[in-house]
Amino acid sequence: MAETPARPGDSAVRVALLYPELLGTYGDRGNARVLVQRLAWRGLPAELVEAPWGEPAPASCDVYVLGGGEDSPQASAAAALIAEGAVHRAVEGGAAVLGICAGFQILGRSFFGPDGEARDGLGLIDCTTARRAQPRIVGEILVEPDPGTRLPALSGYENHAGLTDLGPSASPLGRVEVGVGNGDGTEGARQGRAVGTYLHGPVLARNPALADLMLSWIVGDLQPLDDAEVTELREERRRFVAAEQARRAARRPRRWRRGWPPYRRTMSSTARPSAANFSV
Amino acid sequence: MERTASLKALKAVVTGIGAVSRLTGRGGGAVIGGKVALTLDKGALPKLAAGRSLYLVSGTNGKTTTTALLAAALGTAGPVVTNMTGANLKPGLVSALAGDLESPVAVLEVDEAALVQVLVDTTASVVVLLNLSRDQLDRYGEVRLAAQKWRTSLGARPEIHVVANCDDPLVVWAARAAGSVTWVSTGQRWRIDATSCPNCGGRIIWAGDEWKCSCGLARPEPEIEGGGDDVVVGPRSFPVQLQLPGRCNAANAAMAVAAARMAGVDPESALAAMVGIANVAGRYREVNIGPASARLLLAKNPAGWNEILDFLAAPPAGVVVAVNARGPDGYDTSWLWDVDFERLEGRPVIAAGERALDVAVRLRYAGVPHEVCADALVAARRLPPGKVELVANYTAFQTVLGAVGG
Repeated sequence: MAETPARPGDSAVRVALLYPELLGTYGDRGNARVLVQRLAWRGLPAELVEAPWGEPAPASCDVYVLGGGEDSPQASAAAALIAEGAVHRAVEGGAAVLGICAGFQILGRSFFGPDGEARDGLGLIDCTTARRAQPRIVGEILVEPDPGTRLPALSGYENHAGLTDLGPSASPLGRVEVGVGNGDGTEGARQGRAVGTYLHGPVLARNPALADLMLSWIVGDLQPLDDAEVTELREERRRFVAAEQARRAARRPRRWRRGWPPYRRTMSSTARPSAANFSV
Repeated sequence: MERTASLKALKAVVTGIGAVSRLTGRGGGAVIGGKVALTLDKGALPKLAAGRSLYLVSGTNGKTTTTALLAAALGTAGPVVTNMTGANLKPGLVSALAGDLESPVAVLEVDEAALVQVLVDTTASVVVLLNLSRDQLDRYGEVRLAAQKWRTSLGARPEIHVVANCDDPLVVWAARAAGSVTWVSTGQRWRIDATSCPNCGGRIIWAGDEWKCSCGLARPEPEIEGGGDDVVVGPRSFPVQLQLPGRCNAANAAMAVAAARMAGVDPESALAAMVGIANVAGRYREVNIGPASARLLLAKNPAGWNEILDFLAAPPAGVVVAVNARGPDGYDTSWLWDVDFERLEGRPVIAAGERALDVAVRLRYAGVPHEVCADALVAARRLPPGKVELVANYTAFQTVLGAVGG
């Protein structure tokens, strides 16, 4: 991933929160808040730009954030963003974009609408969301990031029905340790400066290193912040997930533990370290 | 004769189990008694509800309070049975009804997801629909789906009269399917869950209180207006003098007034009966916790929290924010980021509850200095002596109530 700053440092970094009325069901507006605040704490000027649905999307922002949403608002948001083209142009010009859940699906090539039919996405990430999980996937999720990202474990909460298949131009954000993610053992996607993930929490509140990684694409290297409180939260979530895993393993009937029928919640085939040994 | 006998048996089960539950310290017993009764007789709810005039109250916020206000209002006309403790799933309803076989009128708070089945099981006279907003997304799924389910089940029961909040597009869309509706304006301000039209997905245009979509779904003309100092019914205005604070409770009172009119109780008598209510299932209660004079407040979701932020005591009153994430609360704490905690600035604040750390991280980004203390009661003692607002979500609130004796 490119580490060079895309912009000179004196003007304020503008973070656009796209259509929060449509794509803001799960507290995902918090991601924009986190990005702006982490710059402000470092003395770097930053501005949160709310982009309401029905008005032109802001053209010259540095980071665009799309949150989760329900099927019908998701389709409306995608249609409006495709018609506008502002996000495409900004990303071509070096802006970063973060899509959560429905927002992640919108960044891909296609997703299914409220009627089950395929809808066009923005095509900023080479992925499609065509499969539907039954029942809906709801629960804590823990992800081991791709080593190339140099990120610590990603912690979040997932709540989605869509499953996402990545194409060759996109790389997964990481590998699912606990939870489901994309549905094939991977979680999320990145392609250039576009990042998609199923993690709520909000994801940047629980994973400040991911926030700083995205900000570094815009402003270059960043000095560390005091993240003691969030580190404690991450530790607590890791213990919770480990305890839940242990409870589930204890409850599982013997024949399931032998691997048949294959009712495993995660689908990665490689050896999986348990959450308890997993550093956050 | 046989019917009476089986009802008495249900009553015996519920009261007996309830007593055992209380004796063994397992809680009030309203739920467990109902569960056992339902195990013994799956048809307990329709049997217990039969022959009564049934008023059901549902929605995301204000159910328990509105139920209490409506029960008080209808109580002026005769005996009323109600489930005022917030046990709003089927077992709670069974337990309440079995505890009182005589009262001809029942006012029942019903969980918004359980309403559909309760409408199948009973012959309700009036259904009061308060509001729908994001809450416990991991349990209820998305809020639009809840509205769709209400809409379908009300469409199938045209004989039911609905009292509905005309300021909530999701409620209006659901209630439009009903046979007859009394529209009530409540001055509701939580709008973010209804910017896209539940009917067509288009954009809802707001202008002041009015809202409309190009598909034709629009704010109905209210028959009763509330949410302020008065309840306005046609040309007449009735002052609202509640002990309960806030715009939201004035709105709840207006909804209760509208429902009480269906039973022939006039607004004046209804409102007079509501004045006596000082707390509801422990909510709004004031208790001394060490040097703190604490008011207990329940806030389970962003819409509820934002109402409470409007009437929270000014600084230097301290605030305890207690949040759990058990089943009844929803396991996902992301909703904390939809609450304007920035508004707590200037007050001493302690993050509490089993998810105190999630609260702490949220407060840090809100720029609100705070301490962390998981035990909400210990937290209240730690704040500067005097007025403390203890705001908790569902199970955190139950823990506090259990500890202060409620």
